[in-house]
Amino acid sequence: MSLSDQSKTPGRLARAWDSDIAWSFRHSPVALVAGAVSLLIILAAAFAPLIAPHDPFDPSTLNLMDGFSAPMEPNAFTGNVYWLGTDNQGRDVFSTILYGARISLFVGFAAVLLAMVLGIAAGLVAGYRGGWVDGLLMRVADVQLTFPSILLALLIFGIARGFIPPAYREEMAIWVLIVAIGLSDWVQYARVVRGATMVEKNKEYVQAAKLIGAHPAKIVLRHILPNVLGPVLVIATIGLALAIIAEATLSFLGVGVPPTQPSLGTLIRIGQGFLFSGEWWILLFPSITLLALALSVNLLGDWLRDALNPRLR
Amino acid sequence: MTTPPLLSVRDLVVEFPTRRGTLRAIDKVSFDIAEGEVLGMVGESGAGKSLIGAAIIGLLEPPGRIAGGEILLRGERIDSLAAEPMRRIRGKRIGMVFQDPLTSLNPLYTVAEQLIETIRTHIDCNDREARERAVALLDRVGIPAAARRINDYPHHFSGGMRQRVVIALALAAEPELVIADEPTTALDVSVQAQIIDVLKEICAERGASVMLITHDMGVIAETADRVAVLYAGRLAEIGPVRDVIQHAEHPYTQGLMGSIPTLTQTSSRLVQIPGSMPRLDAIPQGCAFNPRCPHAMERCRRDRPGLLPRGADREVACWLYEAAEEEVRHG
Amino acid sequence: MADTVLQVAGLTRYFDVSKPWLNRVLEREERQFLTAVDDASFEIERGETFALVGESGSGKSTIAKMIVGLLAPSRGTIAFDGEPMHIQQGAAMRNLRRRFQMIFQDPFASLNPRWRVGEIIAEPIRTFGIASGAEVEREVARLLEVVGLSATDAGKFPHEFSGGQRQRIAIARALSSKPEFIVCDEPTSALDVSVQAQILNLMRDLQDEFGLTYLLISHDLSVVRHMANRIGVLYLGRLVEIADSKRLFTDPQHPYTRMLLDAVPDLALSGRRRTPVTGEIPNPINPPSGCAFHPRCPHVMERCKREIPLSRPTATGTAACHLLEDAPVA
Repeated sequence: MSLSDQSKTPGRLARAWDSDIAWSFRHSPVALVAGAVSLLIILAAAFAPLIAPHDPFDPSTLNLMDGFSAPMEPNAFTGNVYWLGTDNQGRDVFSTILYGARISLFVGFAAVLLAMVLGIAAGLVAGYRGGWVDGLLMRVADVQLTFPSILLALLIFGIARGFIPPAYREEMAIWVLIVAIGLSDWVQYARVVRGATMVEKNKEYVQAAKLIGAHPAKIVLRHILPNVLGPVLVIATIGLALAIIAEATLSFLGVGVPPTQPSLGTLIRIGQGFLFSGEWWILLFPSITLLALALSVNLLGDWLRDALNPRLR
Repeated sequence: MTTPPLLSVRDLVVEFPTRRGTLRAIDKVSFDIAEGEVLGMVGESGAGKSLIGAAIIGLLEPPGRIAGGEILLRGERIDSLAAEPMRRIRGKRIGMVFQDPLTSLNPLYTVAEQLIETIRTHIDCNDREARERAVALLDRVGIPAAARRINDYPHHFSGGMRQRVVIALALAAEPELVIADEPTTALDVSVQAQIIDVLKEICAERGASVMLITHDMGVIAETADRVAVLYAGRLAEIGPVRDVIQHAEHPYTQGLMGSIPTLTQTSSRLVQIPGSMPRLDAIPQGCAFNPRCPHAMERCRRDRPGLLPRGADREVACWLYEAAEEEVRHG
Repeated sequence: MADTVLQVAGLTRYFDVSKPWLNRVLEREERQFLTAVDDASFEIERGETFALVGESGSGKSTIAKMIVGLLAPSRGTIAFDGEPMHIQQGAAMRNLRRRFQMIFQDPFASLNPRWRVGEIIAEPIRTFGIASGAEVEREVARLLEVVGLSATDAGKFPHEFSGGQRQRIAIARALSSKPEFIVCDEPTSALDVSVQAQILNLMRDLQDEFGLTYLLISHDLSVVRHMANRIGVLYLGRLVEIADSKRLFTDPQHPYTRMLLDAVPDLALSGRRRTPVTGEIPNPINPPSGCAFHPRCPHVMERCKREIPLSRPTATGTAACHLLEDAPVA
């Protein structure tokens, strides 16, 4: 005898489309617009080599005579028309933005991934083990929280540069940046995961696993981890926006990626030099892109937090 | 014309609009509560018993709403009242006792402040008189050294004592009706019995009627005069406690009574109703109980039975009894 | 001869409920200990259902957790089939673990929401190496049918089931390691009565079919009466009375047992006069001196406030009350 209904279970895709999250997404105009803008920028950045009219990193395609073209106006010397104009070296601003967004997003994703892995690991260990391990990890986290993360990233960046031989500095700059932002950002993941772990570890399904003598590593990774990932996803989304801004800030301050591989932050730094000489487009368009990207990712994070919180629905 | 009953609920419908359609949580429920009567409202989780209480006091949580029927307090409609007049009725004419005493007590104020405020809002008296009343009330609900303990904060009281304070608070404005929603569920057995006794006695003393909402037939048996059995948002059976408990007529009530282990029974197996109560989005056509009913007939799958009168004070929503009635009439 | 499966002797568990070190130093407070279980001794025989009843703070769940090894005892011993549990290690411990299982109170918390039902039931099978490969799936399907579900339910997630169905899944998981002894910690207190009846009947059937021994933890005397052969009554961490089920209900020895029985609502409407129940359970951090029940006891004597009563033999078990000493059972 069966007590449960035998109704056909729909496919994975159909169920995902019908899930509460998907429904909430479809019915939130803010989420839809933010999602579309994020997706557009991410896709454009990912396929930059296919979309961009020029490769801003290939000096052979550059013509200094094209420099300072205003948007949509034929260049005074060459007659070439650039949608968003060119910078002082004749690089197409549209192309530099695509390539710049690529670097910004890469740094952002990588830094978030690093922070997430570190934070989740620390949070799981602290939450599950408790006692002095928890005390130690959380005090370290507390101390780190007293510094603004951008300051910390600057510090890490400075220390790392001290260790890297000058010949490799440019090459390594992007990785140093990722580590600096990632290290300065793990704390919030650790705190959230620790809290959730402490709740989950006392639930009866974890006790059932302990009862049969399951290995602690298995309990933590297979049982607890999947159940604490929800809030992590929210922080990661908002964290992505923050990491992109942090990268831009560092690059703007001149400690980020080198000008030969400009990110959005580098472009803004270059652009602000020309603002008062009338070439406004060199600053404006990268800034708008950065703003649109950070804002839409952030809005997505806000929506996700509300959608995952059953009490707000 | 006869005087209207204290509370009369007619064809109450409560609905929850959701993205997958509107769920009907309470479906045409009708019952009366007479002056000084204790009506037990019993049902399993999800049957909608708490929703009826919330609908009466106008505290349905959105998006839930009353979608039909009416609620009359001494003949006056109260289901369509605006927020402000409803708020005055709550507390003054209808008192409330909830499962968790902490939801009814404000942790930031002393018991004295909360009791005196309630008394003075609803009864014309000065501060000293209100305090005297409050102390007397606490003393009556069985709080030792009430005059001293009245100045304590809610967290200074144990769970059982807190529920006594809540009962005092519910009765402070001398309401005509007290709605008690699972008042003893969070308490230990030995404390539960005391709280039930206090609630029953004090309401009887003051002539307040009680609507006692609970899943526990034992509590109903000890306390109520009449009992209404709820299944999937519909009334299955309503009648005097003794009749319903000893001679349940609706097959669901019969199954429910048989499934409760008692201290006196000796059989090794409990009666069990197969399956479980349907979810609100899958209530079967006809009688909501028909897929689990041992007596289900063709008609039960087609038409929903209304409440059929069975004797003076008893109604059952089951086609079995219509057949019986017809036989009596024709035979 | 009685075949004892579980022997518990002098089982005691303290919890350190002190404030953190710094607060203690600044506020000049002593360390505080809560005695959750104090000197509990009982035996459970093969094939029987032994029940522990008590209200909140009685220590019944703490005893359950110590028996299954989720908590270490502060003092005392637990022996399973004559083998002391806490000294077992490695393969011996693994073998011992396989033989006892637990059913938890909350069917919503006891199943991992991210795991499919099949994986949940298969976990003990894989961990103990009872079966492998396709055999695991067959075994899961068989277990689902044993508990009254369908084999196709293995692919679903716990949230697709009602509370009663989830408790069936939890029972299937408990059975999957082919245990002899199952600790049931309030297995039906989160369920509705009609579903409770289904689960209690199922537990009965499984006991008959597989010769299981149950330790039933409950606060509900009617459930205990229905299920148990023998019953231990706990009050504030102490076993106040152990007796055969029938005897306990017809002839309770300890005043607390009597009070508990009086507190059960009378569904038969027999109109029996009840002695009114009085008082509440004291704070277990600061239990009353002597017999912990003395502030609520109708028969309290001077001696009860000073001396903790020892367990004395009664007709079918033991009881710890000074009254019994003065008037020995006939």
